[in-house]
Amino acid sequence: MRGDRRIFSDVDFSLAPGECLQVTGANGSGKTSLLRILCGLLTPAEGQVTWQGANIHSLGEEYSTQITYFGHRPGVKDELTAGENLSVSAGLNGIDIDLNTARQALEKMGLSGRDTLPARMLSEGQRRRVSLARLLICNTKLWLLDEVLTSLDKAAISLVRSLIEEHLSGGGLAVVATHQDLQLTSGQPRRLELAT
Amino acid sequence: MLRWIVWRDLLVAWRRRADALSTLFFFVIVVSLFPLGVGPESELLRSIAPGVVWVAALLASMLSLGRLFANDYQDGTLEQLLLTPQPLYLVVLGKVGAQWLTSELPLVCIAPLLGIQFGLSNETLVILVVGLILGTPVLSLIGSIGAALTLGLRGSSVLISILVLPLYIPVLIFGAGAVEANIIGQPAVSHLYLLGAMTVLSIIFAPWATAAALRISIE
Repeated sequence: MRGDRRIFSDVDFSLAPGECLQVTGANGSGKTSLLRILCGLLTPAEGQVTWQGANIHSLGEEYSTQITYFGHRPGVKDELTAGENLSVSAGLNGIDIDLNTARQALEKMGLSGRDTLPARMLSEGQRRRVSLARLLICNTKLWLLDEVLTSLDKAAISLVRSLIEEHLSGGGLAVVATHQDLQLTSGQPRRLELAT
Repeated sequence: MLRWIVWRDLLVAWRRRADALSTLFFFVIVVSLFPLGVGPESELLRSIAPGVVWVAALLASMLSLGRLFANDYQDGTLEQLLLTPQPLYLVVLGKVGAQWLTSELPLVCIAPLLGIQFGLSNETLVILVVGLILGTPVLSLIGSIGAALTLGLRGSSVLISILVLPLYIPVLIFGAGAVEANIIGQPAVSHLYLLGAMTVLSIIFAPWATAAALRISIE
């Protein structure tokens, strides 16, 4: 529910380790709202979200250690360099990394030599890559990726695909909201179509 | 983890020095206008000094409050902060602490110089600074509630002032009261004790209220 409007109802699913759910639906069908509910930023009007049998709101910070959320806005500070952005965001999630580790992660994301540039000098796609580098560093179980492939080039898209596959084969879970085809080599992900 | 958030905000503030400096200059200019406007009657200047410095400090702190969460909200980092595995109380405390260090502490440091323009004695200047050190954290903490409540609204800076300035009144009364008491030769200690009590209370309760307001604003 957003305001007085019911966006979706009767959404019921559960994910097992190694499973990926692709959320599709027209613009405005509630993909982002669903993902925000799953990460706990939004409270559903009815129903609940559970993690390993417990309600996520009663788990609180314990649940936060298990998830990485990638939202519409990349969550990159313009004033900080790419490397600082990554190390600060890892530090806030309880993982202390030095700028060297951050540089290696950024190199993996195809941003070699860009780690000392202020983020405001980066393009939209490069900022999203900086934000995606969190996935390499934060060792979380559940990835919630909202429109993750937007404004990424082909190389980055295939990189994200391989990251998701690696994550799933390691027993991780992922919920991905996107219009595009994920085309995972490990088989088609489960789909959830939100009707308008 | 608290250090990460403080370090991050200090680094951002350092890279946007103009923001903090404009708050400081606003404070300096507002306070300096009064001796020019009122004229060089030392007795009158001395008696209005406490009120002028404190009102200017309140107004200057309004300038920086609008930025406290708005920038993080716009670039999406606020969502990430809400999802970090630590109590939101600490996140808010860290952010407010960094805001105090960058926007309020410079005011405290420059205040004695401005006090000299009003012909305050050394002893009175010490009371002024102690009062500001005790009182300005309350301004930041209470202001953070207003900043969180008005997050993402249009014309939020005016709304923050309307919400928060009335709540600043006790700090103003006791902060300016301490200096006034010293000027007329009474002990200022009771005023300072009360300011200290307000600081402790707002450290305990304000971040909690701000955290709740942030959760509502981000929905």
